[in-house]
Amino acid sequence: MSLTAYHKMQLYGALLLLPAAVLLTTFAYLPTITTVINSLFLPGFRGAPTEFVGLENYQVLFDDPTFWKVARNNLIYAIGTIPTSIALALCMALFVNGKLRGRGVVRMAYFTPTILPMIAAANIWMFFYAPQIGLFNQLLGILGFSGVNWLGDPSVALGSVIAMSVWKEAGFFMIFYLAALQSMPPELKEASDLEGTSRWHFFWRVTFPLLMPTTLFVLINALINAVRVVDHLFILTKGGPNNATNLLLYYVYENAFSFFDGTTAATITVVILLVLAVVATLKFTILDRRTHYQ
Amino acid sequence: MNTTTPYAPRDRFVSISSLETVAAWLLAIIWIFPLLYAFWAAFHPSEFMVNFELFAPLTLENFANAWSQAPFARYYLNTFALVTGVVIGQFVVCTLAAFAFARFPIPGKNVLFMLVLIQLFVFPEVLIVENYRIASELGLINTITGIGLPYVASALGIFLLRQTFKTIPRELEDAARIEGCNWLEILWKVYVPLAKPTYLAYGLVSISHHWNNFIWPLVVTNSVESRPLTVGLGVFSAPETGVNWATVSAATLLSIAPLLVAFLLFQRQFVQSFLRAGIR
Repeated sequence: MSLTAYHKMQLYGALLLLPAAVLLTTFAYLPTITTVINSLFLPGFRGAPTEFVGLENYQVLFDDPTFWKVARNNLIYAIGTIPTSIALALCMALFVNGKLRGRGVVRMAYFTPTILPMIAAANIWMFFYAPQIGLFNQLLGILGFSGVNWLGDPSVALGSVIAMSVWKEAGFFMIFYLAALQSMPPELKEASDLEGTSRWHFFWRVTFPLLMPTTLFVLINALINAVRVVDHLFILTKGGPNNATNLLLYYVYENAFSFFDGTTAATITVVILLVLAVVATLKFTILDRRTHYQ
Repeated sequence: MNTTTPYAPRDRFVSISSLETVAAWLLAIIWIFPLLYAFWAAFHPSEFMVNFELFAPLTLENFANAWSQAPFARYYLNTFALVTGVVIGQFVVCTLAAFAFARFPIPGKNVLFMLVLIQLFVFPEVLIVENYRIASELGLINTITGIGLPYVASALGIFLLRQTFKTIPRELEDAARIEGCNWLEILWKVYVPLAKPTYLAYGLVSISHHWNNFIWPLVVTNSVESRPLTVGLGVFSAPETGVNWATVSAATLLSIAPLLVAFLLFQRQFVQSFLRAGIR
């Protein structure tokens, strides 16, 4: 049997895809499927077959106050980091897009935290937050205030973690705003100058709406990061005190590798996957309607 | 305003008030301060961590301590091997897949491409438990391959390269075919060279990501032989180990130095790369 040229192309294309397909199946699709399956079973003891329990694991998870605490933390973490870093990123971009003395240095100062590993950033912020010798408490001491237990006080700790994340993230979002600002036609500004529009009005009526696609893009990225990045917890708080700073992915890690409870870990992972699915839907429906693929 | 010639570079920077200049600089100082502080701490004896003195004696002792207390040389080697391996693997696998998506009539291509894009959201570290199981079944625990392999088929890489390949005119391909090139030669001689900027951008993003990656390498490694810098630093500086702070600063700087220096030297390329990989 001889293959037509078209079939040969198909075969060739499939072969080109093969390495990626094998790897994606091994490390993305299969683990996703087995995670979902594991969340529906209870492991048997001593090699006994596993037992199908339906949604019981979810029932147990949703009855667990710690899970809700962690989920709530993650929500607060997202609400705490995302709008703040987006607003700061926008301010930074507007600053360095302006006639500013030493623009290059300022832009570099804003962006540099972005390229550090989260672990290194956490180490550095540890010097600020540490109870006795930390810089923040030293400064408070000089001003005559008593120190705050930045990472040990359950009511403050999550805020401290959020502050560090904002510092780490804002500069990254800035570059997208800056690129968008620089691609804006200067005629808009000239026209508004002729009309005598105030800068405040110009920003809210023209600049901000035109930046909306960038804001959406940045928002999607920030949402993903809010569930994906938990590295700093390993240094700063380990999720404590008493889970006050625990986030979903860190809780998965704890369940799997500290409590050896793979079933709970799988069940929480499915919750994370659902959150990511919502974010993905948001991206593919809202964001991609505005951008143009070729 | 009629005096400006049409091709003169336009003054594209908006003038801002002096109040804003002050705010911009203040924010910049706040933003860079943590790093400067780490530098200060790393180069001074530990008693000057909190007592700021402009002329405190400089020292390299903290670096010597960090270097001798943890196998940083080995960590460097591991990170270097990891990053090199991941980027080479990604280039090869993503190039082949992107070429297939851009130019070959594969049945169900759009569905397959959407499936690939899922990986933009479902990262290996989110599936940490199952990926750990799979890595151990494949005998990849505590190997550098184990850290890198889950990231090799990168949706971002496939996406960016496919997009670039699609912009390359078919005429170039036809010309190469007339000269007797087969598909792989066409890929290598026509597509890859024309996609160089994409490789550079994606490569830089990938290098920064894998230099900094932590949680998956942490889980999949358990000894000095395979730990990358981030994990080594995390183990070294965990608060409960009680390591001296000045030493921790030095260790932190050691771990970030190569990437930081590269960034400062090639700032523009880094920023352009992040933009290119981001706006998609």
